[in-house]
Amino acid sequence: MNIDSTVRTGIVIDHITAGRAMLLYELLGLENEQGAVAIIKNVQSRKMGKKDIIKVDTERKLNLDIIGYVDPGATVNVIRDGKLIEKKSISMPETLTDVIFCKNPRCITSVEQELSHVFRLTDKQNKVYRCLYCETQAKQ
Amino acid sequence: MKRSLIDILDLSVAELDELIATACDIIENPAKYAHVCAGKKLATLFFEPSTRTRLSFEAAMYELGGNVLGFAGAQSSSAAKGESVADTAKTVSCYADIIAMRHPKEGAALVAANNASIPVINAGDGGHCHPTQTLADLLTIYREKGGFHHLTIGLCGDLKFGRTVHSLIGAMSRYTGIRFVLISPSELRIPDYVKEDVLDKKGIPYEEVTDLEAAIPELDILYMTRVQRERFFNEEDYLRLKDSYILDLKKLTNAKNDLCVMHPLPRVNEISVAVDNDPRACYFKQVLNGKYMRMALILKLLKEAGTI
Ligand SMILES: [Zn+2]
Repeated sequence: MNIDSTVRTGIVIDHITAGRAMLLYELLGLENEQGAVAIIKNVQSRKMGKKDIIKVDTERKLNLDIIGYVDPGATVNVIRDGKLIEKKSISMPETLTDVIFCKNPRCITSVEQELSHVFRLTDKQNKVYRCLYCETQAKQ
Repeated sequence: MKRSLIDILDLSVAELDELIATACDIIENPAKYAHVCAGKKLATLFFEPSTRTRLSFEAAMYELGGNVLGFAGAQSSSAAKGESVADTAKTVSCYADIIAMRHPKEGAALVAANNASIPVINAGDGGHCHPTQTLADLLTIYREKGGFHHLTIGLCGDLKFGRTVHSLIGAMSRYTGIRFVLISPSELRIPDYVKEDVLDKKGIPYEEVTDLEAAIPELDILYMTRVQRERFFNEEDYLRLKDSYILDLKKLTNAKNDLCVMHPLPRVNEISVAVDNDPRACYFKQVLNGKYMRMALILKLLKEAGTI
């Protein structure tokens, strides 16, 4: 994959709010990806002014909940053999499991390592996620 | 179906009404309830000591004719050997019919509830929730005021860290005509998330003031909490402020005759002992009400679980 090429088989995450691509890269675990990954930042966009784009050559399914959490306005295009086969709709997930971690030192998850870190969407309008256990708000 | 109580808001207004009605019936007809839990066991799992809460639960179960087993203090528990809350909950489910659990970490009661096959009552999970304290508060308000509507409620002291205050605001904000007067030093004001997520969202009127004595005349309820030394950055601020938030008979001079003075206890010095004999002092009634509400709650959860 060249920087200007389309993905053969994989996923293009488009319309990412400018500046959020690296967070998405990190949470999606793309550093472990064997195929080509392109991060394109600050692309001119008529609709958004500036936007980021991520292209990933992969057979693997990405966790769309992570994209919905980081940037519900992003669009996801699934590419197979150079053709767009599906546009996935992205929405804020109701719960996030082991995507973000509770940092409250008084939370039960801080002492019981085997517990999953679960966050619930408690305020859709303001995009507030809270720890299922201690209700501490996740910081974005 | 098995049901647990983690947060006071897990109970609907209708369910609270039902618990209040049961508690009032227990008060009227204690004999009717003296054997309803015969042969049933309450496990009190207290990973940190809280003698008064544990005694209240134990008294509640005994007055229902049931039995109690359990431990108090982390050293004497399986947690000292490194057992998880989840495993403790599963194990205790084999011995008991219902659990009351106190734990220093926030969310521990939910972990227990998710793993136990019997109902779990949160008897305090760190600074997070303590719903049975709020049940005691609500029965006290109900018995003293005859209902929950059209009340001006003063909350005084440490409003920043006081979980009982936050829960009470959450519970009372579901009724109509409620107004809060939030009385505290500026260092210990109510957190923004309580104001934004509860009060502002529901359009409940409130004012934040620093002068207890000036606020008292308009109150129907005065809920006192302790202002702790360790909450202040320096000793001078603490010494300067502490007396302003001590309730004594002089500050009660201009209070309404039917003011209801509450406190979650234990008290240190924030209510002068002289106030105890004033008919407006309700904090020891609150302790008794706590036992009745715990009885009503144990009954409700055991019934829903099909145990009785
Ligand atoms: Zn947490």
